[in-house]
Amino acid sequence: MATTATTSTAPPEQGGFPPFQSQNFPSQLFWLALTFVLLYVLMAKVALPRIGAILTERGKHIADDLEAAQRFKERSEAAQASYQEALAAARGRAQAIAGAERERQAAAATKMQKRLEAELRERLAAAEQSIGETRAKAMGNVGAIATDAACAILERLVGKTPPTQQVAATVADVIKR
Amino acid sequence: MHIDPIEQFQIKNFLPMMSVGSHQIAFNNAALYMLIIVAAVSVLFIGVTTSRALVPGRMQSLAEMTYEFVAHTLRSQTGAEGMKFFPFVFTLFMFILFANLIGLIPYSFEVMAQLVVTASLALLVFFIVVGYGLWKHGLRWFKVFVPKGVPIFVLPMIVLIEVVSFLTRPVSHSVRLFGNMLAGHIALQVFAAFVLMIGGYGILGWFGAVMPFIMIILTYALELLVAAVQAYVFAILTCIYLNDAIHPGH
Repeated sequence: MATTATTSTAPPEQGGFPPFQSQNFPSQLFWLALTFVLLYVLMAKVALPRIGAILTERGKHIADDLEAAQRFKERSEAAQASYQEALAAARGRAQAIAGAERERQAAAATKMQKRLEAELRERLAAAEQSIGETRAKAMGNVGAIATDAACAILERLVGKTPPTQQVAATVADVIKR
Repeated sequence: MHIDPIEQFQIKNFLPMMSVGSHQIAFNNAALYMLIIVAAVSVLFIGVTTSRALVPGRMQSLAEMTYEFVAHTLRSQTGAEGMKFFPFVFTLFMFILFANLIGLIPYSFEVMAQLVVTASLALLVFFIVVGYGLWKHGLRWFKVFVPKGVPIFVLPMIVLIEVVSFLTRPVSHSVRLFGNMLAGHIALQVFAAFVLMIGGYGILGWFGAVMPFIMIILTYALELLVAAVQAYVFAILTCIYLNDAIHPGH
């Protein structure tokens, strides 16, 4: 309760409704001014700048992280793209090599085939020629044999040897016919 | 048993300090609670932010959210130019909010149930508005009393009304807070007195006392809301008044 010092000037706790006791106003005003200014200084100089700095720092940190993430994403996309490019190039080169090899082999095969065919054709021609020669020789022998046979027949029938030249011409004529 | 619901608002001088003229200045319970308010606000906004944690703890989150809430309220009312008043509005809001919340602790003292305190704060806002308005805009600031687009023949009337409403702002501004706090604390005290009075009538009285006791709980919950809402109302009205000083032409 009130100390004796305050009760000496005015009886403080009997003036009706407490919030309207004007003898307490100076104390309240004094302490309100003191505490409010103290709180204002503490907030304005210490608390609010610090919290503001924390919030700014965090915002910056988040923005930086997002930016870094974006950068990494772009880098990874670039790496992906270059990988795809390299893959496509390698595939194209592989196809080119495969195509060239195929063509080369096909060309070699064609060449070998042609060579074989030519060889076979040659051999066939040689064989045909030899057959033809053999037949011609055989046919030539047929004429000689026929002439001899005709001479022998005529000798037996006529009793004398006919002129070989004539018989041969006649036989050749008959064979031709 | 006599319980005086007004007794809780009594100023109790602990220590006389000095006299200025015929006025006594003393350290009293109001002063004690004002210091407690300053200490509590400082703990929340300075004590828990010393680590400056990038990932805030629970209390630092609370401090940051309060900061952003007040900043957002002020900016939405006054725009970016009003942010120079941010420390003032923040201090005012926190001082009143903590006064009201600490005042709700049983046996404590409600600083804002003293008319001289709320009137001082309201007058402080009033003079800051007038002073900053005149300093910033000169005599053009008086355009704040002349709304745009009003027909010339009703203009004198409107200006008169505007001036009167402007001058009465400190009254409504301060009495709203004072009255709410006073009434709430009286209501709590009256219900508490009922509990004791009815409870004094033996066993039956104990059951009878349950009703006012429940009322205390409900009223207390309501008063918690009122404590915060009135602090917010005081702060947002301050923002609106400051907007008049910053943008007098609307």
